[in-house]
Amino acid sequence: MFEYATLRVIWWALLGTLFIGFAIMDGFDFGVAGLLKVLGRNNEERSVLIESIEPTWEGNQTWFVLAGGATFAAWPMLYAVSFSGMYLAIFLVLLAFILRPVGFNFRGKVHNARWVSLWDWVLVASGVVVVLISGVAFGNLFLGLPFRFDDDLRMTWQGGLFDLLHPFALLAGLVSLSMLLAHGACWAALKADEVVAARAVKMARWLTLVYAVLYVAAGIWLGYRIPGYAISGAAVTDGVSNPLFKQVALGGTWFASYLQYPLFWIAPALAFVSAIGVQLLVGRRSVAGFIASSLMVGSTIASAGFALFPFLLPSSLDPRSSLTVWDASSSRGTLSLMVFATALFLPIIIIYTSWVYRVMRGRVTLAQIRAAHSGY
Amino acid sequence: MIIDTDVVTLSRLQFAMTALYHFLFVPLTLGLVWMLSVMEAVYVMTGREVWKRMVQFWGVLFGINFAMGVATGVTMEFQFGMNWAYYSHYVGDIFGAPLAIEGMMAFFLEATLVGVFFVGWDRISRVKHLLVTCFLALATSLSAVWILIANAWMQHPVGAAFNPQTMRMEVTSFSDVVFNPVAQAKFVHTVSGGYVLGSMFVLSISAWYLLRGRNVDLAKRSITVAASFGLAAALSVVVLGDTSGYTVSQNQKMKLAAIEAMWHTEPAPAPFTLFGLPDVRERTTHMAVKIPWAMGLIGTHSTDETMPGIAELVDTAKGRIGEGVKAYDAMLLLRQDKTNVQAQATLAAHDQDMGYALLLKRYVDDPRKATPADIQKAADSTIPNVPVLFWAFRIMVACGIYFILLFAFAFWKASKRQLTTHRWFLKVALWSLPLPWIAIEAGWIVAEYGRQPWAIEGVLPTALGVSSVSSGQVLTSIGGFVLFYTALAIVDVWLMLKFTRKGPDGLGIWPYNPTVAHASH
Repeated sequence: MFEYATLRVIWWALLGTLFIGFAIMDGFDFGVAGLLKVLGRNNEERSVLIESIEPTWEGNQTWFVLAGGATFAAWPMLYAVSFSGMYLAIFLVLLAFILRPVGFNFRGKVHNARWVSLWDWVLVASGVVVVLISGVAFGNLFLGLPFRFDDDLRMTWQGGLFDLLHPFALLAGLVSLSMLLAHGACWAALKADEVVAARAVKMARWLTLVYAVLYVAAGIWLGYRIPGYAISGAAVTDGVSNPLFKQVALGGTWFASYLQYPLFWIAPALAFVSAIGVQLLVGRRSVAGFIASSLMVGSTIASAGFALFPFLLPSSLDPRSSLTVWDASSSRGTLSLMVFATALFLPIIIIYTSWVYRVMRGRVTLAQIRAAHSGY
Repeated sequence: MIIDTDVVTLSRLQFAMTALYHFLFVPLTLGLVWMLSVMEAVYVMTGREVWKRMVQFWGVLFGINFAMGVATGVTMEFQFGMNWAYYSHYVGDIFGAPLAIEGMMAFFLEATLVGVFFVGWDRISRVKHLLVTCFLALATSLSAVWILIANAWMQHPVGAAFNPQTMRMEVTSFSDVVFNPVAQAKFVHTVSGGYVLGSMFVLSISAWYLLRGRNVDLAKRSITVAASFGLAAALSVVVLGDTSGYTVSQNQKMKLAAIEAMWHTEPAPAPFTLFGLPDVRERTTHMAVKIPWAMGLIGTHSTDETMPGIAELVDTAKGRIGEGVKAYDAMLLLRQDKTNVQAQATLAAHDQDMGYALLLKRYVDDPRKATPADIQKAADSTIPNVPVLFWAFRIMVACGIYFILLFAFAFWKASKRQLTTHRWFLKVALWSLPLPWIAIEAGWIVAEYGRQPWAIEGVLPTALGVSSVSSGQVLTSIGGFVLFYTALAIVDVWLMLKFTRKGPDGLGIWPYNPTVAHASH
């Protein structure tokens, strides 16, 4: 059995892995959906795009369900505070998740232009909403969120939906949007009919460029303008999970953990290299291009998670209430059980997911779409 | 802090609405997918094309329903955090794990394979496709296992203890949580209910085709599958429903007394009230028609064990509130000084009653300052809504018995190949379609509304579990759910009717007609 502190670090890494898994896997679905009206100029082209993600989007979305469930199990306070605090923002994300399954399933069920167009817009909106809100929420972590705990560890929150719209958070939202739209374009370049793919290649290059500029801008803003949080004194890494048992100092920099653990620099460096990789590879070697955009997505999120470490959810209202890796986890027993469960099931998930992608390999062509519709 | 009762009421309303709505789709998925597996297995074994076409036709309806199930399922996962934040904090250490394992073990498999089920027919071999369907079926039932383990822990919280340092319940034994006897009873009862519903769905729609003389060969075969599967499931849902009743009697005596409207302890073996009008104010049941002995036998599986009535259980609750206040006091002392040995001993002695002290928080800020009147109110609050439980239970049981008769008759006629000879039976089968839904929703009400006032039986009162959100926020989300869920319900029913009316013949699925393309997935 692992030490409590080790388990917490493992679960911090797993939390990151699951959210990165979600961002990479479901991210291209969101990206393709978000670009549906841009890349697909007519109904047949849009059908190509939808069919390129239709057989697998559902499994991809499960990464989110799993990340959410694992957060509940391993970081119950993080789950409770973030979901209830950002109530209306989370509700919007939830609506998007509700509309996507029916959108994919119902779209092709009736052959009527207005019906199809309605569900197309539903898919576009749900893709953009999730990506934008996730980014804005992540940006807010660096600003601190307005919550505090009382002695019963009941959380109160002061603020509403619009308090989340700080310019830095909006910038983070745009980083997320440009990154995942670029990722979606890389998928379309790989899977869609050549006509659509050619458009996607151009789009991917532009969006990656926009992403890179915004990412650097966000990094500079974070380094120079946004005060970091730090645990005062030596952090107790194996204590009980009660955030109120620590003191927090404000005013440092969010780059402190990068200074402390220089290995963390791999993440932003990789994000940058992958962005260049996308520029060079997309359209030439589409599989490699998609892998590059996946790395770009993963390393971007990792770079933000590293900056926050050991914080998970800083509090602007009462810094002492901030949730950290060391005081917001489940008990040691639950963490170890969940490590074993994850070690057992995650590889199995990856195996059958790979099998499904292999079964579904190959481009979705306009000819296929026309053949499927010719009977009507 | 004072709990906002409006937020509690609205959050409960929203949870009940969204859970009942989600539960319209899940049981159909659970049941239908096994029938698809059976049909496809027959296809693979016999090579007869009609069986493949049956899978594809029922698969279209399955797909529409599956999408609704997934869409409304995400709500359930979000909602604990959004509306029940203190609940999530207080029991997340135990409750979160089965949900996460469900995601990893079952839902992931289900969601990944469902795409292959629909578009994989020409991409993989027959046997592989059959395996996909079977794994899909297995995954849906495994999903139910873990969800019901989590739910059973709310009914019967085993394998956990209160930790005053973290102000929450923490796991002490995972095997106790997983092998909770309530979970096993609930699992079998719930999935059997889903199988009955799936069977009724196939039976009713097929009966409609037979009444119209359409798709006769496909409908007859479908009824044969539905009748055998449905009969087995209906028997299991009633027999194992009894086991479920027995396990309830062991740990949720109040719920059982409320279902029975048993206001006072009756001499063993207690009678079963077949009909009556429970009167909450007078605490009596008017016009009761009783079957002697029946309840005692169901509830205790014996003739000499008494079952406590509501009044006696309220007295017990009063006693436990007193003990709970001692635990609460010790918890506060430990918060000041965690090394206080005396407080540790007091807490250890009374922590199983701590939840009862928390019941007082609805009436007084500090449970230690509760007056006898507060304690009486808190004890009375442990009585769930008796008339609702009384009737919901009777509706569920009556439906269950009816299902056995209906499926037995269908099975008999199907095995004698006389399905088309009794038009009255086909009409009965068609109009029975809504009944399993009614039974299942009634079952949810008995299980979950009957658990009130507890979120976790004896541990955490529902009112304390809410988030610190405003009633305006919850009203907004309720408004959103009403709007979107109503719209989706309309579209769902419309699509179901449209594809049922078109039928395998109209969709070009069977008889196979290459000039009419069949439905896209």
